[in-house]
Amino acid sequence: MSTIFLFAILLMGFVITFQIAKASEYVGILKGEKKNNEQNNRINGFLMIVFLVLGLIGVYWCNELFKGKILGKAASDHGEKIDSMLYITIAITGVVFFITQILLFWFSFKYQYSEKRKGYYFPHNNKLEVIWTVVPAIALTVLVGFGLMYWYQITGEAPKNAMEVEVTGKQFNWIFRYPGKDNVFGNKYYKNISDAENNSLGLLWDDPKTHDDIVVTNTMYLVVNQPVKLIINSRDVIHDVGLVAFRMKMDAVPGTPTTMWFTPKYTTQEMKKMTNNPDFEYEISCDQMCGKSHFSMKGTVQVVSPEEFILWRAKQVPNYAQVMKDKMPSPPAADSVKTTAVNMPAKLVATN
Amino acid sequence: MSTDSTIHGTGEVIVSHDAHDAGLEVHHHKETFITKYVFSQDHKMICKQFLITGMIWAILGGLMSVLFRLQLGYPDSTFPWLEDILGKWAKGGKIQPEAYYALITMHGTVLVFFVLTGGLSGTFANFLIPLQIGARDMASPFLNMLSYWFFWMASVVMLTSLFIETGPASGGWTVYPPLSALGDANLGSKGGMDYWITGMALFVVSSLLGGLNYITTILNMRTKGMSMTRLPLTIWAILFTAILGVLSFPVLLSGLILLLFDRHAGTSFYLSDIFISATQKALPNEGGSPILYQHLFWFLGHPEVYIIILPAMGLVSEVMAINSRKPIFGYMAMVGSLMAITILAFLVWAHHMFVTGLNPFLGSVFVLLTLLIAVPSAIKVFNWLTTLWRGNIRFTPAMLFAIGFVSMFISGGLTGVFLGNSTLDIHLHDTMFIVAHFHIVMGVSAFLGMFCGVYHWFPKMYGRYMNNTMAYIHFWVTFAGAYLIFWPMHYEGLAGLPRRYMDYSGWSSFNQFGGLNRFISTVSMVVFAVQLMFVFNFFYSIFKGRKVISKNPWQANTLEWTTPIRPGHGNWPGEIPEVHRWAYDYGKDGKEFILQTEPLGADEQHH
Repeated sequence: MSTIFLFAILLMGFVITFQIAKASEYVGILKGEKKNNEQNNRINGFLMIVFLVLGLIGVYWCNELFKGKILGKAASDHGEKIDSMLYITIAITGVVFFITQILLFWFSFKYQYSEKRKGYYFPHNNKLEVIWTVVPAIALTVLVGFGLMYWYQITGEAPKNAMEVEVTGKQFNWIFRYPGKDNVFGNKYYKNISDAENNSLGLLWDDPKTHDDIVVTNTMYLVVNQPVKLIINSRDVIHDVGLVAFRMKMDAVPGTPTTMWFTPKYTTQEMKKMTNNPDFEYEISCDQMCGKSHFSMKGTVQVVSPEEFILWRAKQVPNYAQVMKDKMPSPPAADSVKTTAVNMPAKLVATN
Repeated sequence: MSTDSTIHGTGEVIVSHDAHDAGLEVHHHKETFITKYVFSQDHKMICKQFLITGMIWAILGGLMSVLFRLQLGYPDSTFPWLEDILGKWAKGGKIQPEAYYALITMHGTVLVFFVLTGGLSGTFANFLIPLQIGARDMASPFLNMLSYWFFWMASVVMLTSLFIETGPASGGWTVYPPLSALGDANLGSKGGMDYWITGMALFVVSSLLGGLNYITTILNMRTKGMSMTRLPLTIWAILFTAILGVLSFPVLLSGLILLLFDRHAGTSFYLSDIFISATQKALPNEGGSPILYQHLFWFLGHPEVYIIILPAMGLVSEVMAINSRKPIFGYMAMVGSLMAITILAFLVWAHHMFVTGLNPFLGSVFVLLTLLIAVPSAIKVFNWLTTLWRGNIRFTPAMLFAIGFVSMFISGGLTGVFLGNSTLDIHLHDTMFIVAHFHIVMGVSAFLGMFCGVYHWFPKMYGRYMNNTMAYIHFWVTFAGAYLIFWPMHYEGLAGLPRRYMDYSGWSSFNQFGGLNRFISTVSMVVFAVQLMFVFNFFYSIFKGRKVISKNPWQANTLEWTTPIRPGHGNWPGEIPEVHRWAYDYGKDGKEFILQTEPLGADEQHH
């Protein structure tokens, strides 16, 4: 009912506007085209300056409303670089924005039609044109310079002491793998993937390096102030590891692993205090369209102290042990399976 | 004037077999309804066909955005009437995720290709090329007609895809594989994706037929005296647009054909190492790279945004000079910057791929090339500003839209400087910031340019004016509304809100903009309603608008205003006029305007 009512109002609005528009056209003809045009010109010229003033107030007001909601403190060293790049860019483009927009509307207002004035024949001026080729070129050189400096720092090699975590996206959640005590990721092959057999990454059990690999879902644990290098994979379509608080982002591409590294600066607890928000979480968002639940493909990051991390890792059961436990509950039997598993071809294990 | 000289007067060959009264009309086919309005070979009619088809698409595409904005603005509400029109796609009055993604995908596809490429280029290239260069029609009117009808077929296929059981394509308008290649991973990648590819293939054919025709016509069929440097900027812009299209659309087509092979022929161009969760199956494909598709796609995709914006720049330059009553400032710089943009357009595609794992060094090359584009863009903006300076500005509706275009182009261009810098792109990539950026710089700007063109040349198309009052309301609401919608959206992007989310309420990082989203949705509905008023104004004015009584209502210099008020097929009843000067002699030597056909005075300088 209310919908019909709404449409009725809309229709009425249309009809009234139309009638006014038609009437004003007749009035215009009666008044004479010239006079009518002059009046329209004055109104629109005035609106130009009104728009400029209201627009500038709006820009200020919008900023006041939202500046507190956008960039919290960057939680990684790379994030801080990205934020300073952002402020440099805002400063330079901001100056250009205000100058050009003010000139545009001011000229429109100032040089509106007047019977007394004639357009000034000014087809070109090489000096002016050189100036506004060179000045933007210099400004852009500055931006490119800063940008690339940060870019190489961010995308350069990860430090030697970086912890490695493998992130795998799938429709529609995240899987994380830690290399375990040997600090090496064991081999995997996608055709071995089997959710039913608790092998969500397709690890090859005949590679002993897989045996201590820890596989967890949804929450990734990182150590504060220790660089971390993420090795990013996808199981199905393209996803993207979006870490908004760290200002980092990297696609997860099936068949082509990608990497990114950064250093978390604050633990989750510290961030809760700093943001005054007890519900604060580092969230992992999928930033590349990946299907119907793309908008809810969420993971979280727990940044913890080194001690907490060691404690957490000690509690984790490696994927391999979980699988073996599922298969044969008694410990000695598990051992024998382990040896056969090593000797068996990967595919057989997977289809067992 | 003899029949012969009329027909062959300036080297144009119009085969007229029945030329009794050639002094009045060059053209004497027996015209039936079909040949005049349907399978017409008259460029002016083809222009109108493109324009009206484009308008229908724009309404549909706009409506889609209203529907998904409804979801974004009011994620917790239900709208029972949605179920009435969308059925299972809006069960319980709530847009389903599959439907939401189908809507945004088709909104993008429709607006980018069918409205702002087909509709914009198709309309104004067809209308203005022969009229402004002084030709009777296109080099090949028949190919021109085919161009429209391929566009029409593409439209039919794309429209049909909206109604199939599994719905239209829904992987985003860029249709990245593997998502778009695997029906099991995404509902819209079933039949809908085949329709999408077929529709786009037909669209590419249309675009190529049109583009080749435009280039040929501009290069070969200019009237006597119309040297390239005397061409109006509209024609230059259209020429470069056509060159971009001809060189880049085939690459898209090749990418789509490989996608088709991956979908149906078991090839692995884009597929590797895939395990589908829904079916618990590992696919046999190994060795392909989805990144290859992105290279092929963006090799068109980036020039595509210039295909959209260049014609608008041309229209705006022309209208701005006419209504400022002074020449466009720096004509050669304007042409040069168009050319620079065209060349650079081919060298920047990978800036869409900074976070795909692209080699950082390669990324830095693309940063440099991308930010280089800001230089010719800046030149254009400053030249437009100088064109206004000390002018005598008449605020016709077209002029308002031209000014609005410049404002939007500045705003959107500057945010491009953010995104083109790979460091910032890490944070801003695929957020609402990019959505705000490209809607302003190519969506709204191109639309304003298109409206500018429609209001300005409507009198030439239909011999009547559009209603001014409605036009003014249309401008101010659209212009202010566009800023209200897209300006605050940048803040969402700075906060990192990912694009293509249908609901942010489940995220503690992204749920702070509920009120803003409602506001944006409300404004977008108002703006959409005002576009409907424009459509009404357009069709009403075709039949009932105030009649044009003089040949040159805007007191412009270009050739189209030397034709009769309602030109027939062939455009000029007599000889094609000869051109003696450039198109921008406004306010020269105390004269208000000097038609291009007027010979230079004895002591008069070239511009």
